[in-house]
Amino acid sequence: MPQLLKGAAVTLQITMMAAVLALVLSFIVAFGRMASNKAARMASTIYVEFLRGTSALVQLFYLFFMLPAFGITLGAMTTAIVGLALNMSAYGAEIVRSAIQSIDKGQHEAGAALGLSRLKVLRLVVIPQAFLLMLPSFGNLLIELIKATSLVSLITLTELTFSGRQMVVTTGRTFEVWGLVLLMYFAMAYPLTWIVRLAENRAARYR
Amino acid sequence: MFDYSFALSLLPELWKGFEVTVIATIGGFLIALLVGGILEAGRRSGWRILKHVSNGYIAFVRCTPLLVQLYFVFYVLPAYGIRFSALTTGILCLGLHVGAYLAEVYRAGIDSIAVGQWDAAKALGLRRHAIWLKVVLPQALPPMLPPLGNFLIGLFKETPLLAAITVIDLFGAANAIAGRTFKYNEPYTLAAILLLLVSLIAAYGVHRLERRFAKVQR
Repeated sequence: MPQLLKGAAVTLQITMMAAVLALVLSFIVAFGRMASNKAARMASTIYVEFLRGTSALVQLFYLFFMLPAFGITLGAMTTAIVGLALNMSAYGAEIVRSAIQSIDKGQHEAGAALGLSRLKVLRLVVIPQAFLLMLPSFGNLLIELIKATSLVSLITLTELTFSGRQMVVTTGRTFEVWGLVLLMYFAMAYPLTWIVRLAENRAARYR
Repeated sequence: MFDYSFALSLLPELWKGFEVTVIATIGGFLIALLVGGILEAGRRSGWRILKHVSNGYIAFVRCTPLLVQLYFVFYVLPAYGIRFSALTTGILCLGLHVGAYLAEVYRAGIDSIAVGQWDAAKALGLRRHAIWLKVVLPQALPPMLPPLGNFLIGLFKETPLLAAITVIDLFGAANAIAGRTFKYNEPYTLAAILLLLVSLIAAYGVHRLERRFAKVQR
């Protein structure tokens, strides 16, 4: 049990770091997709389609086994965080883009009429409104991220799932160990569904 | 860096793995369609217990990782004398997992039917099963196709996980080659390209479906 808890702590740590990185990347890529520059648009579209078109596990293996061949060696932990963040940011970018594009054109125009620069319109008018719409989807994505961290056990990182595998080897009690691991994931992810529902209600009221 | 003749020699083995991937995808999706239907029927039934069981199942499955679910079924069930092959276990788990998501798709589709349709059908004196078969489902099913297509693609992308319970699917085959030859670039790149090709083509198909239904609704 303490071993599993230690694993769960690592899982949470990976989730949090990957979530922050993914959030930043999501915004960058989303603005790339909405940019007037054609090259930026193409590059970010390829980024999104490529990362959404292949599975997270394959991407993680690719990073873990391929980068060293190019002379870049990241630790398992860094690989895990970067890999998960890259994968999630492709989905996150679409959330950001659709939320920003759903903001009425009149808001942009009103901002411009008030003499705000384009950047200020985005920062002060559009994004605060769009962010509220993004929250439920981001919540769901965070649940997906928690679940996806189990994949990094396959690139030798000792998080919850990996600890479970070790425990099974040492104790041989498959039912108890895997049942407990399932429950621990559930305990981490389920509270998020309430938060998502709350955010959904908020966003609905705001409209 | 990338050895083309070596890559070419791997194709037959990867193709065999790919066939397993396709079998797992189709089998898993058929089970998921069924499981989702049962769950949604459970939620709509008048029985309180069934409703709670369905909701509990959906919440639990959606909040736990597929990988751990696979381990659970693969390693725990044999202890109770229930033994499946790795591939069967994988297909079952994929179906049970994705089914929890499909219940949501069914619900959204059925809920999108206006209340007036139910009232009108009742006013015409149709029986319950006639209302479902002749009025509700013919309208609710076509708009469900694009989201169902998206989940089919999603399921396809989850299949590499089956390699973790020793199934030799596309990814399992790539793993086996990499472990044998210590060359990682070619097998993993090929596997990734195959996955990407299939899911991009499928995504394009779903996109066209979506556009078609958007037109119909207008």
